[in-house]
Amino acid sequence: MSHFLAIFIDGVIYSSWLFIIAVGLTLIYGVMKILNVAHGSLYALGAYAATALGGYWLATGHAPMGSYAMLVLAAIVVGLIAGPVIERGLLRFVYGKEEVVLVLVTYAVFLILEDLTKLAFGVDPLSIPEPYALLGSFEVGDLVYPTYSVVLVGLSLLVALVLALVLNKTRQGKILQAVIHDREMSAAMGINVSRVYLVTFTVGVMLAALGGALTAPTISVQPGIAAEVIVLAFAVVVIGGLGSLGGAALGAVIVGMVRAWAVHKLPEVELFSVYAVMALVLIVRPKGLFAAPEARKI
Amino acid sequence: MAVVLEARDLNKTFGAVTAASNINVKIDQDSVVGLIGSNGAGKTTFINMVTGYLKPTSGSIHYGERDITGLTPRRITQLGICRSFQIPQLFNNLTVFENLRVGVGIAARSERGQAVRQDEPREIETLIERFNLGGYYSQTAGLLPEGVRKLLDIAMAVAGQPRVLLLDEPTSGVSADEKFRLMDMVMTALKAQGVTVLFVEHDMEIVSRYTHRILAFYEGRIIADGEPDSVLKDPEVRRYVIGEHLHPHTAPGQGNTA
Amino acid sequence: MNNKLPSSGTLREQLSDRTVPLLLAALVILLAAGPFIPRWAMFLLNVSLSWGTVVLGMMLLMRTGLVSFGQGLYYCLGAYAAGALHHFYGVSDIALMLLASVLIAGAVAVVLGLLLAKYRDIFFAMLSLAFSMILFGLLVKTSALGSTDGFGLSVKTLAGVALSERWERYALFATTVVIAACAGLGMHKYLNSHLGRLAGAIRDNELRVEYMGASVRRVIHLNYVISAALAGIGGGLVGITIGHVDPEMAFWTTSGEFVFIAILSGTGNVLAPFLGATIFEGVRSFAYEYSPNTWQLVLGVTMLLVIMFLPGGLWSVFSRKKAA
Repeated sequence: MSHFLAIFIDGVIYSSWLFIIAVGLTLIYGVMKILNVAHGSLYALGAYAATALGGYWLATGHAPMGSYAMLVLAAIVVGLIAGPVIERGLLRFVYGKEEVVLVLVTYAVFLILEDLTKLAFGVDPLSIPEPYALLGSFEVGDLVYPTYSVVLVGLSLLVALVLALVLNKTRQGKILQAVIHDREMSAAMGINVSRVYLVTFTVGVMLAALGGALTAPTISVQPGIAAEVIVLAFAVVVIGGLGSLGGAALGAVIVGMVRAWAVHKLPEVELFSVYAVMALVLIVRPKGLFAAPEARKI
Repeated sequence: MAVVLEARDLNKTFGAVTAASNINVKIDQDSVVGLIGSNGAGKTTFINMVTGYLKPTSGSIHYGERDITGLTPRRITQLGICRSFQIPQLFNNLTVFENLRVGVGIAARSERGQAVRQDEPREIETLIERFNLGGYYSQTAGLLPEGVRKLLDIAMAVAGQPRVLLLDEPTSGVSADEKFRLMDMVMTALKAQGVTVLFVEHDMEIVSRYTHRILAFYEGRIIADGEPDSVLKDPEVRRYVIGEHLHPHTAPGQGNTA
Repeated sequence: MNNKLPSSGTLREQLSDRTVPLLLAALVILLAAGPFIPRWAMFLLNVSLSWGTVVLGMMLLMRTGLVSFGQGLYYCLGAYAAGALHHFYGVSDIALMLLASVLIAGAVAVVLGLLLAKYRDIFFAMLSLAFSMILFGLLVKTSALGSTDGFGLSVKTLAGVALSERWERYALFATTVVIAACAGLGMHKYLNSHLGRLAGAIRDNELRVEYMGASVRRVIHLNYVISAALAGIGGGLVGITIGHVDPEMAFWTTSGEFVFIAILSGTGNVLAPFLGATIFEGVRSFAYEYSPNTWQLVLGVTMLLVIMFLPGGLWSVFSRKKAA
């Protein structure tokens, strides 16, 4: 029984993390029909920025509790800079090309950012354990968990809630949904699609960076984390259905639970299980679990 | 006359929409049949069922002795029923010659094609000549004028060496003066083959000039079936297909497209 | 309208007729020059031609309208097949190892292809990526296969003929060159046959192909298996050349590099992948030495430039017009 509980709690924590790293990716795809391979790089940038900003904050003697705000601030800064630069500087010149071509473009951005990150932050591993260590740990039965993971789960739920509210209850959200459904019609209705793209991409980047920033205190931040995260985010998004936020949540839960189970019961298949689930879902429902129905083409 | 194509009690519904209702029709070999009807009347649905794009909700389709209901488009094409499309379906990045080369190549390797040893280059040249495509030999299909694209689309269908040829609005999108030239060319080319032709058309003049028989569709049913003269004068047809009550000064055959 | 028919053969066809003589010339020159090529250059050429073979397969897929982000699966399978023969059975014969590479990669492709032939565009790319990552995950956790370290292999004979130390390197080089040339010639012939031309037709308009009576799925399946076999043999050759195999060969970034070379080279001619791969490997070796932290930056920028301004390289993927 405690085994089941352990798997469940691990699953919840991992799912929350997966949701945060994947939601930005699915948002960008849903609105702009771009599968952003560079998503992982922006996650990495967020992690590095958080380490740098948080490290500076702590090194200059500020209150450790403030370091959490620094994490979030780092994500916002990365988003506000990288988002518009990439979207305005590159992506807007390639809209309208085939989806596969856009994937190649974002893959090129990934390659570029890998090196830019190395140039900016060096290749040595960095760390910022304070926000994580500060909160200590708590017990559930005879299982011990870091309190930091509660922060993660909480933030993940908050992000989900805010996005759901914005999409469904605000005017901006309705506009976003219109563009998701039909870009041309939206433009014909007077929606400034260009601005929607810019805002969406920036928010998506911020979410990716937030994922990285929140993760930074728990890992060793070094080159290579981008490549690992991208495929995980892909798996989650593809399982749920490209472009579906609810799908990203469901995908995160499925992958999180499967991996938690694998880690406890069958560690050899841990890595493999995520991609196996992704392949399985694609086989059974080629467009993902929550894909929108498509109209006939002839 | 042998019956080459037959539909028995054919029905097609999409949820609450009835696209085809109780279609019963026998097509004689070597005849030329026109299908008329306003948009949504069921003509294209009928063709889509015959060519395998849609599965009927009930009823059956027979090709000679064979029940072809529910077969895949590929299988049906291999059996000898070919079609052209309302929007020409071409290989846009290939030249006219290359398009036909692919088409003839596929036909030559089908069961029917292999039974008759074929000279592929000669086949291609014949098609180019018959459809007057010589001047566009090396032009990329995607850049051709619309009328030529239509011709090429039909030539591709003919490349399949069909016994039954279905043309979906062969003159739509073609300018008024070109329509007759196109149809003349197509019909002459086809006469040399010995093919049963069914074509969907909105232009009543074209239909009356080139067909032996007309099937008029309305709301999924065939409301008239007979020689062009009698069908085009049928009061139901005049009301529901030609829309005479909407423009009483137009009568079929007076040079106006419906 | 002018009804006179011009002489047969489009301009494109006339140009590609030079391909065969060029390939044969390259084969002869390389084989003759072999004994005099310095060690580092021979190593580079081995890897380049092997990678070129992999990309040749990608080119076939791209001509069929599909971009695979998972060729690493077969590349790695080919390498591990060769390596496993050595590691578990003590085989050290180049020919046997490569035979295993092709057979195993091909067999897996026959099965996976049944599934993958149903997908297009992004979903084909994603599913192919997923399978390569599945292999990666499996290998990393399998200690019998060396986990993340992989294992080494060495060769002593070629088709049963023992190789003295002097001729060992040359034998491997010659094998690589011959295989690359055969692959190139074979692909050239294939692309100019009816089946090969069907690939381009499918890329342009699948619907029309089906409505002419040909099976799109069967052609895609066939081309998928061919590309997998080429990737497999490329992997086997690289494994033998480097003397080592590891799971990184199946990681998605490896597949990404194949995609990059394919884009760079373009799909116009069978010579292109070999040239592209050689340029890629050449630049990479030098970049690693002098500026290891800007290598990917250069790759990325080059890729963007090619995508935006050199459609010649990208022609087959990008000017694909979907039927209205």
